[in-house]
Amino acid sequence: MSLPPLTPHELQRYARHLILPNVELAGQRRLKAARILVVGAGGLGSPVALYLAAAGVGTLGLVDFDVVDVTNLQRQLLHGSSDVGRTKLDSARDRIREVNPHVDVVTHDTRLTSANALEILQDYDIIVDGTDNFATRYLTNDACVLLGKPNVYGSVFRFEGQASVFSTTDGPCYRCLFPEPPPPGLVPSCAEGGVLGVLPGMIGTIQATEAIKLALGVGSSLAGRLLLVDALTMEFRTVTLRRDPACPACGTRTITDLIDYEEFCGVRGEESGYDADEVAEITPRELAARLIEGADFDLVDVREPREWDIAHLDGARLIPLATLPASLEALDQNRELVVMCRSGQRSAAAVQQLQAAGFRKVKNLAGGLLRWSDDVDPRVPKY
Amino acid sequence: MAISVILPQALTPYARGTGTLVVEPSCATVAEALASIAARWPAVTDRVLTEQGELRRHVNVFVGDESIRFLDGLATPVADGTTITIVPAVSGG
Repeated sequence: MSLPPLTPHELQRYARHLILPNVELAGQRRLKAARILVVGAGGLGSPVALYLAAAGVGTLGLVDFDVVDVTNLQRQLLHGSSDVGRTKLDSARDRIREVNPHVDVVTHDTRLTSANALEILQDYDIIVDGTDNFATRYLTNDACVLLGKPNVYGSVFRFEGQASVFSTTDGPCYRCLFPEPPPPGLVPSCAEGGVLGVLPGMIGTIQATEAIKLALGVGSSLAGRLLLVDALTMEFRTVTLRRDPACPACGTRTITDLIDYEEFCGVRGEESGYDADEVAEITPRELAARLIEGADFDLVDVREPREWDIAHLDGARLIPLATLPASLEALDQNRELVVMCRSGQRSAAAVQQLQAAGFRKVKNLAGGLLRWSDDVDPRVPKY
Repeated sequence: MAISVILPQALTPYARGTGTLVVEPSCATVAEALASIAARWPAVTDRVLTEQGELRRHVNVFVGDESIRFLDGLATPVADGTTITIVPAVSGG
């Protein structure tokens, strides 16, 4: 393949690369020839996109469908205060152009789905997984395996992160490490569990480093290793990953088409993590009416104390979800019980636990405090 | 020396915030080490093992640097000085 030349401006811009052994002019031209897709322009995608742009990656694809929210700004450095309300792609494109106008930014304004993933990914050499949910991670993985493209993986939770490179010629894929996703609702998202803002910055920067190394063809990638980062103790360690010969994606190759990943992860719809048919619900408006009329029931809030401190409903009682099993004896099975949380997911899981423990008059507050804020009392902050 | 079990932050709330648990050096396998943890912190092992006592498919357990999926599974031997690391899937980004 003939590599693109660099203009005098580019030679000046990348001067620190040109004198760097293992990069040099040939390496910089490889970066310019590289086509790298970043799935997600959020916490991980931000440092990835910024550093790949700064490094001179020639074609940088971005996939995102979301709009910048003020709660993103604590960690998503692609976006600033004046970008709230804009699409993440518009914000990202503008920021990347400012960092490096030589980068061709290709925006894919869509959710990545089984219907479009192969078509979108096939035009790129390297894929970076900057997503925030299991369904899209499995989708990205399977698409990369089917297309034979490396998948630079990173994920975070609270103060911990993971990074690796999947789907290389001889290396393992995501399914080799995690054959199945956790049951829905078991692992909180960043919105529910919280995340140290700088943590996706650390992991995303590691992903950018790995993507650049792959494009340059230098060093030893994380393929075959899982990097575990604990930001609280600032410990970095790697464990060995192996290709699983029984892996349906890269081992037995029984996965020949992309599947329904929402179903695979047990998730239906935008945010639901439970089967609404199985969990009796009450809407915020209905709950408000019952509170006003003074109806006799218990209202239990299963969020964390720090969420309670942000906002809570009068008359509610805080029992964080993890402590619910130990608190069952303190609840009266014969009284009507409404359970709530931030979005209705954790409380649905709580309702199922209560039902399994013999509670028959228990209902989930549909949409949680977020929907209460929308439908009943906008003074309640959404977070 | 002892057998250390490093918990991921997703599980530390179920062990009152403890990041590393220490189990008796008499535990000879990963299964025994997990059973020892279950006696004190059942909510931890509930999230590592299924009701049938098998490793949950979204969780990995490493003895040293090797996944037990490529060793002897839950029967993988451990000894005084072994470090067991539990690594569940997380998806934040």
